[in-house]
Amino acid sequence: MVLRVLGKMMIPFIMLFALYVQFHGDYGPGGGFQAGVIFAAAIILYGLIFGIHNAMRVVPPDVVRVLIAAGVLLYASTGVAGLILGANFLDYDVLAKDPIEGQHIGILLIEFGVGTTVAAVMITIYFAFAGRQR
Amino acid sequence: MTIEIHPGLYNYAIVVMLMMAGLYIVITRGNLVKKIVGLNVFQASVFVLYITMGKIVGGTAPILEAGIEVYSNPLPHVLILTAIVVGVATTALGLALVVRIREAYGTIEEDEIQRQDEAL
Amino acid sequence: MIFQSITQHLPILQVVLPLIAAPLCVLLRRPALSWLFALAVTWASFAISIALFIQLEHVGTIVYELGGWPAPWGIEYRIGTTSAIVLVVVSGIGSVVMPFAKASVTAEIEPARHYLFYTCYLLCLCGLLGVVATGDAFNLFVFLEISSLSSYVLIGMGRDRRALTAAFQYLIVGTIGATSIVIGIGLLYLVTGSLNMADIATRLPEPGTNRTVLVAFAFLGLGAALKLALFPLHVWLPNVYTYAPSAVTAFLAATATKVGVYILLRFIFTVFGAGFAFTAMPLDTMLMALAVAAMFAASAIAIFENNVKRMLAYSSVAQIGYMVLGIGFATVGGVAAGLIHLFNHALMKGGLFMALGCIFLRAGSVRREAMAGIARTMPWTMAAFVLGGLSLIGVPLTVGFISKLYLIRAAFEAGLWPFGVLVVLSSLLAVAYVWRVVETAYFREPSTEAARATEAPLSMLLPTWVLIGACVYFGIDAELTVDTAFRAATSLLGAQP
Repeated sequence: MVLRVLGKMMIPFIMLFALYVQFHGDYGPGGGFQAGVIFAAAIILYGLIFGIHNAMRVVPPDVVRVLIAAGVLLYASTGVAGLILGANFLDYDVLAKDPIEGQHIGILLIEFGVGTTVAAVMITIYFAFAGRQR
Repeated sequence: MTIEIHPGLYNYAIVVMLMMAGLYIVITRGNLVKKIVGLNVFQASVFVLYITMGKIVGGTAPILEAGIEVYSNPLPHVLILTAIVVGVATTALGLALVVRIREAYGTIEEDEIQRQDEAL
Repeated sequence: MIFQSITQHLPILQVVLPLIAAPLCVLLRRPALSWLFALAVTWASFAISIALFIQLEHVGTIVYELGGWPAPWGIEYRIGTTSAIVLVVVSGIGSVVMPFAKASVTAEIEPARHYLFYTCYLLCLCGLLGVVATGDAFNLFVFLEISSLSSYVLIGMGRDRRALTAAFQYLIVGTIGATSIVIGIGLLYLVTGSLNMADIATRLPEPGTNRTVLVAFAFLGLGAALKLALFPLHVWLPNVYTYAPSAVTAFLAATATKVGVYILLRFIFTVFGAGFAFTAMPLDTMLMALAVAAMFAASAIAIFENNVKRMLAYSSVAQIGYMVLGIGFATVGGVAAGLIHLFNHALMKGGLFMALGCIFLRAGSVRREAMAGIARTMPWTMAAFVLGGLSLIGVPLTVGFISKLYLIRAAFEAGLWPFGVLVVLSSLLAVAYVWRVVETAYFREPSTEAARATEAPLSMLLPTWVLIGACVYFGIDAELTVDTAFRAATSLLGAQP
C-alpha cells in the first residue's frame, strides 16, 4: 500500500527529472544516455509495483520496438540532413542560418534520438527478461 | 629500480586489482551468470582507468562559469559513457543467452552443459 | 553537381548506409520485404566500396572529417589502399551472401525472427566497415563492438542448442578482447593525449623510453589476436563456425577474422610503426612462431574432424596463420603476401562455407558420413566444393596458389627460406583433409541423407559459384590483387621509417 502510493507520487517526478536531464544536457551535465535510463527507470518502477502486464499496457512492447528504431533514425537523419545541406555528415552548423543556433538544434535532436533509443532499449530489456514465460 | 608509491597512483593499483579479480572470476567460475559478473568487474576496471585519466587536481566540472579556470578533462568521461553503454548491451545479451541456455539445457553450470553435449 | 557531392561523401555513406538501413529493417517486419531491402543495401554498399577503390587510384588517401571538425579534435575517416582492399572484401562478401541467405535463412530460422536476422546482419556489416574506415582509435572500438554484439546474436540464432553456448563463449572471449583494446587505447591516450591514430603515431615517445607504451602495445596486440583468432587464442572459433546458421558462417568466416587482421596491421604499422613493433619489440618472431604453430596444429586437427563445417573452421585457423606469417616477415613482400591471402582466403572460405550451406539445406547434416556419395545427387555443389578445396591446398590456377607463391617468395627474399618449406609442408596437410571429404563424397555409396538430397536451389548455387568463379579468375589473372596488395604494403611500411 505504502509502496503503491509512494510509487505513484514518485513516478511523475522521475519522468520530469528525465526530461530536465535530457533538455538541459546542452548547458549542464546530462544528455540522452542518462535521461533515457532515468525515464526507463520510471516505467520499470511502475512495472515492478503494479505488475509487468500493466506496464505493458502503458507502453506496449511493439510501440517500444518502433521507438528503438525511431531514435536511431532521428540521430542518423540529423546527420544526413547536414550532408544534404552541403556540409559533412553530422555537421550541425548548416541546420540553421546561424552556426551557433545550428549547433544547438543539432545536438538537441541528436540527444533526443539517443534518449529515445536508450529508454526504449532499457524498457525492452526489462520486458524481455521479466515477461519471459516458461 | 624502486617503485615510487605516489598517492596519485592508488587509483591505478585499484584498476589492476579489479581487472585481475574480474579476469580470475571469468576464468575459474563454471557458473555462466558468475562469468558475466566477472566480465562486468573486468569492464568496470577500465571505467575507473579512464575516469582517473580525466581528473586534474583542483579541476572542477567542465562547465563554463565565471572565475573558474581549471577543468577536469571531459573527454575520457564521454568515452567511458560509450563504453558503459556497450557494457550494458554486452551484459544484457550475455544474460539473454544464459536464459536461453537454461531453457535448452536446464542448467547454467559449464561442466553440466559439457556433459550433456558429450552424451549426444 | 549532385554526383560530385556524393562522391565526396562516400567514406561516410559506406558506414552509415547499413547503419540507417538496420532500424528501417526493424520497421519493415515482413520477412520477404526486409530481405529485399537488406539485399539492396548490401549491393549499394558494395558499389560504394568499389567507387572508393577507384577514387583511390587518383588520390593517395581519402580523408573525411565528421561534423566538419578537423582531426585530431574531431573523428576522421581515413581510407588508404589497405582499408580499401578490406572494405571491398567485407562489402563484397556481404552482398554475395545476401541472395544466398534467403533460402538458407528460411530453412534454418523461424519466420518471425527473419527481420531481426537481417537487422543484425546489416549492423554487423556496418560495424565491420566502420572498423576499417575510421581513423579514430576509440571509434574503432565502438564499431568493433557493434559488429561483435550483432554477430553474437546472429550466431545464437543457429538451430542447434550448442549455437547458444558457442555464442556465449564467443561473447566472453570477444568482450575480453575488445576490452583489452580499450585499455590499450586508453593508455595511448594517457601518453599522447590524442585518439586519432595518425596523430598518436606522431606523438609517441622514442621506443624504449616509456613503459606505458609497452603495456598499451601488449594490450592492443592481445585484443587483436583474440579477434583474429590467432593460435592459440582461436578456441572460440571452431564452435562458432560449426553451429552458426550457414549464411552467418559464410559471412563471418570471410570477413570477421579479416577485419581482425586489419586491426593488427593498423596498430602495428600506422600507430606504433614497424620500427617499434619489430625492432624494439620481438613481435615478428612471436607472430611467425604462432603462425607456424597455427598452420600445423590446426591443419592436423582438421584432418581428424568428422564434421566438415568444423573441419573448415580449423582450416580457417591455419589459413589465418599464413596471413600472420606474411605480416611477421615485416617486409613489403611479406605484408603484401598476407594481404593477398586475406583477399583470396575470403573468396575461397566464403565459397566453401556456402557450398556446405547448400549441403546442409538439402541433406540436413554436414557430417562426413552423411555426405557419402553426395556428389551424385548434388554435382554442382560438390564441384564448387572441390574447386574451393583445391584453392585451399594451393593448386595452380586457383587463388590459393597465388597466395602461397608470394608467401614463399617473400620468405626467400627475407632470407627465411625454412618458412617457405614449412608453407609447402603444411599445404600437404590441407591435401589430406580436403581429400578425405572428396573421397567420401565421390567414391562412396550414397548415405540415406545423400540419396534423398537434390541439387540446391539456384539462389544459393549462383552466389556460391560467383565466389568460386572469382577464386579461379583471380587465380589466373592476379595482376589486380597483387598490384594493389604491394601498393598497400609499401604505404604501410613506408608510413613510418
